[in-house]
Amino acid sequence: MIRMRITRREPLPKWARVVIPIAAIVTTLILSAIPILLAGGHLWKSYYYLFYGALGTRFNLLETFVKASPLLLTGLAVAFAFRAKFWNIGAEGQLLAGALAATVLGVSLGGIPGFLVLPVIIIGGFLAGGIWAAIPAILKTKLKVDDVVSTLLLNYVMIHIMGALLFGPLQQPGSSWPRSSAIIEAAQYPILLTRSRFHLGILIALLAVLVIWFINKRTVFGYRAKAVGVNIRAAHFGGINTTAVILWTAMVSGGLAGLAGVGELCALQYRLIMDISPGYGYSGIVIAMLGNLHPVGVLFSALFFSVIIVGAHTMSRMTGVPTYIAEVIQGMALMIMLIFLLFTEYRIKVVRK
Amino acid sequence: MGEFLEAAFISGLMGAMMRMATPIIFATLGEILAERSGVLNLGIEGIMLMGAMTGFLVTFGTGSLWFGVLMAAIVGMILGLLMAFLSVNLGLSQHVSGLGITLFSTGLAMFIYRLYFGSPTVPPIVPPFKQVSLPLLSKIPVIGPGLFTQYTLTYLAWLLIPVMSILLYKTKMGLKIRTVGENPVVADTVGVSVILTRTLCLVVGGALMGVGGAFLTLAHQNMFLIDVIGGRGWVSIAMVIFGNWDPLKGAIGALIFGFLDGLQLRLQGLGFHISFHIFLMIPYLLTIVALIGVSRKASVPASLLKPYRREEKGG
Amino acid sequence: MATSQKPIASMSSITKRFLDVTANNDIDFNLYPGEICALLGENGAGKTTLMNILFGYYACDEGEIFIKGEKAELSAPRDAISRGVGMVRQHFALVPSQTVLENIIIGTDYGKGLFLDLKSARTKLLRLQKKFGLQVDPDARVWTLSVGEQQKVEILKALYRDVDILIMDEPTAVLAPAETVELFNTLKSMVKEGRSVVFISHKLNEVMEIADRVVVLRGGRVVAGRKTSETNIKELANLMVGRDLLERLEKKKVRPGKPVLEIENLRALNDKKLLALKGLNLVVRKNEILGMAGISGNGQRELSEALFGTRDPIGGTIKINGEAPRLGSPVSFIRLKMGRIPEDRIETGLMMDLSVEENLILENHATPEFQRFGMMNFKKIHQFSEDLIGAYSIMTAGRDAVTSSLSGGNLQKVMLARELAGRPAVVVASQPTRGLDVGAMEYIHQRILQEKERGAGVLLISEDLDEIFALSDRITVLYEGVIMGDVPVAEASREQIGLWMSGVTK
Repeated sequence: MIRMRITRREPLPKWARVVIPIAAIVTTLILSAIPILLAGGHLWKSYYYLFYGALGTRFNLLETFVKASPLLLTGLAVAFAFRAKFWNIGAEGQLLAGALAATVLGVSLGGIPGFLVLPVIIIGGFLAGGIWAAIPAILKTKLKVDDVVSTLLLNYVMIHIMGALLFGPLQQPGSSWPRSSAIIEAAQYPILLTRSRFHLGILIALLAVLVIWFINKRTVFGYRAKAVGVNIRAAHFGGINTTAVILWTAMVSGGLAGLAGVGELCALQYRLIMDISPGYGYSGIVIAMLGNLHPVGVLFSALFFSVIIVGAHTMSRMTGVPTYIAEVIQGMALMIMLIFLLFTEYRIKVVRK
Repeated sequence: MGEFLEAAFISGLMGAMMRMATPIIFATLGEILAERSGVLNLGIEGIMLMGAMTGFLVTFGTGSLWFGVLMAAIVGMILGLLMAFLSVNLGLSQHVSGLGITLFSTGLAMFIYRLYFGSPTVPPIVPPFKQVSLPLLSKIPVIGPGLFTQYTLTYLAWLLIPVMSILLYKTKMGLKIRTVGENPVVADTVGVSVILTRTLCLVVGGALMGVGGAFLTLAHQNMFLIDVIGGRGWVSIAMVIFGNWDPLKGAIGALIFGFLDGLQLRLQGLGFHISFHIFLMIPYLLTIVALIGVSRKASVPASLLKPYRREEKGG
Repeated sequence: MATSQKPIASMSSITKRFLDVTANNDIDFNLYPGEICALLGENGAGKTTLMNILFGYYACDEGEIFIKGEKAELSAPRDAISRGVGMVRQHFALVPSQTVLENIIIGTDYGKGLFLDLKSARTKLLRLQKKFGLQVDPDARVWTLSVGEQQKVEILKALYRDVDILIMDEPTAVLAPAETVELFNTLKSMVKEGRSVVFISHKLNEVMEIADRVVVLRGGRVVAGRKTSETNIKELANLMVGRDLLERLEKKKVRPGKPVLEIENLRALNDKKLLALKGLNLVVRKNEILGMAGISGNGQRELSEALFGTRDPIGGTIKINGEAPRLGSPVSFIRLKMGRIPEDRIETGLMMDLSVEENLILENHATPEFQRFGMMNFKKIHQFSEDLIGAYSIMTAGRDAVTSSLSGGNLQKVMLARELAGRPAVVVASQPTRGLDVGAMEYIHQRILQEKERGAGVLLISEDLDEIFALSDRITVLYEGVIMGDVPVAEASREQIGLWMSGVTK
């Protein structure tokens, strides 16, 4: 009989924290051969177009950054929340809340000076996402409602709020489709590089990496959030106001997701539509895990994911493998990363008897 | 005339309630089994979607509805096994493993569907299950026709409620499951295998989730759409909490959800001029409200979310 | 007790390693039919690990086990159970929400078919209860039982499985003196039937009283085996710690000063919303240690939590140096200079996955000294934590080392360092030495005495009567949520305190 025993091991050196995600990514790419072959795709051609599509030309490369921007923000949102063990699975809904706020502001702010429009929209989107995330945080801390379930359910509530508004007050006059009017020009994110869609939102996302890194590393709040995440009882015992920490964590997390929604609206769509997000909020969970909840890790895993998503389109066009391969790879990446992370703390012994 | 309309309305509502509750009942029972053994299975939404897709695909290919249901159950079992491997054998975070399963299964379901059907302009359909009227019962005035003209799967779901209750409370296996869920050390020290028990619960639970998904593509609708599950898996998780980890109470929760879902459909049909999105929102909102009422006195299985490893430290 | 008999269980050359410790090092151990064999050793000597191996809970890295003459491959407790080995662990393996009967029959092959057959199980259980005088209501939910009753359930659980070998891990730690007598009678009647008992303990007088034979472990090795009739407490003590056991605590005479902790009519609920503190009054003075004896589960947890600020009492007042903290608010107690040593340092006191420094700074991190405008001043924090690590001689790879890498004694030092750094007016220490080895225990004891001499008032809540008598100036007993009495240590007798612990007043 063969049995498996899992025992704790000595902590691995620091370089392992870098090597392990890379090993997970390489493993994922190797295992991606299975769905590619199942789909009848030519293996090397598929890999070639996957990377060519994402990195092969200047435009493709910049598109990968465009795609990375919302992923980076939702990834940071989830990582920030998970670090304090606030299980925010609701980044999708918070993203939509941000996009919704940006729409309302973006179509109606014609009256104020142009240079104020974008700051107001960005703050508005951040607050909308933050407040939407504060609801489950309050439910968790005051009424003991499980945060996983409430954040998940609130995603659907937000989708339907958006639907109701897009069929109602926000619907573009004269349109029978669920879509809003276009936002005013002053509300559009500026394009930063010519002949591309490389926009302001990408800079905002990169800035967010720095800010979150700073909060985690240097501030009292970052310390408290970590303490709450590691052992909420001990944090409470030590005098930390755990309710406030969770609430603020949720607000910042939701705000980041909200910014992702603002970016999608103000840089790419210019009007609100039902499928403004193809599940960026859910991808954010994978990205956060793959990035080991560290902002810099999130940066790299978001880039990896956008390579996969952008590349999958080219691959699909050239080889006929369905674009949903990107989702399959995401799911696999998460599970493989989880298993690899286990090896950092435990060793697995196979015992034969 | 008005009276007739009313009776037809109530009967239709009852029927819709039963129909809409069916997938939730399957999934809730599957989740209760898993959670009673100490594992929160957040893979539920993805497992249901894979069940829905598999059921549809197999039926489309073979023409046999029941074979489709069977394969949906088997796919659910395989995914349950994967969940068990990650969260029980390896002892990974249940939250994250479950979400991983859901993301993976969601991608896989859409991938396989596209692989098989491409991107047709008109979605392919199968001839769905037919409703069966129970003799006598369906003749009860007003509520009878609605309640007792249902799909066989719906009757099966109702049958499963007492079966699950008896399993948990009256059998040896049930005592083992409950003990593993409350205190795995106890189970281990009396010779009950924690890993085996949890794996079994996840596998059987996965089968139920898969069937719940298949109901949506083979009975409720006759086609596969990407958002066919639409959060019903998450609602089932909420129903487990709402029902305090009890099959009967969980099923009552599912019925309430089915009622709201059915009401929403009916009112839409009657042409109420409120956006149907607001109606669609109501079940989710009320589920959250219900959780507020219940969560404070909930009796969670004590070892839920805690992976079990025998050798943690020395002494 | 003829040792010429064949052993019922025999463990040879057992070695078990955990990460960085060798818990059992080449141990030979024999158990004979019809004997009570004590396994004596201080905390961390490897007693429990050795018995966990016999019980199949741990797999040994090297060595062989024979039970009833057959070589036994024990990969899980079920393998040991089927060979007639039972173990009552220190943390009871019971499901609180289930009934006594359910707890006892789980895993046994009672009745026929798939369904539970509670009726025949009950008959068998009642027979056992009668035979061994272990009275517990089979239909009571386990959480409603006292700790002593729960132990009876555990013993019944083993007897129900008809064990030939019963391992008892520190069984008396949770019992009042009268209950201990009862337990010993049960064990004696079991060995009369030819069964064998392994009695794990670090209490010398108990071992001398109950055991036929003693095997002494130290540092993971067997250092001696003796018949109790051929040894004495002094010799065993020497064997156990490798030197003279008697701790030499210098208790300086200090006159108690004004009251620093005043509790009046304190009433608090436990987690099950039952009244656990029923109007408790006590006073601790400056330069005084008040020792609170009593069996756990009589309100100690609720009292300490009320004093830590982690439990909101339903009535009564607490005053620290004459000032009333906001009840149920830890930060308020911290501000009024309460040093708090919780009994479950791993769950409540420390953040095991954070660094030593991050634990040391927990209560001070927001003071102006260590942060400005929400930004941490790491330079000062490093200085602070390194000072504390030095002052308390905490053995760690450094301030950045993860706390879970520390030994039990050093964890408690981290706890003390953090809580005493602010020179508290009152120290509440709950079971401060539970699970620590002798060296760490002595250190903690000296620290507590130093605190008293410095001017703190100390409330020492402990199950360990030796500790209470060694440190306290006054002794009090908590029983079922009320104070049974209060006596200066010079006038206190163990008999008197033992009676109070059982709820008997004169």
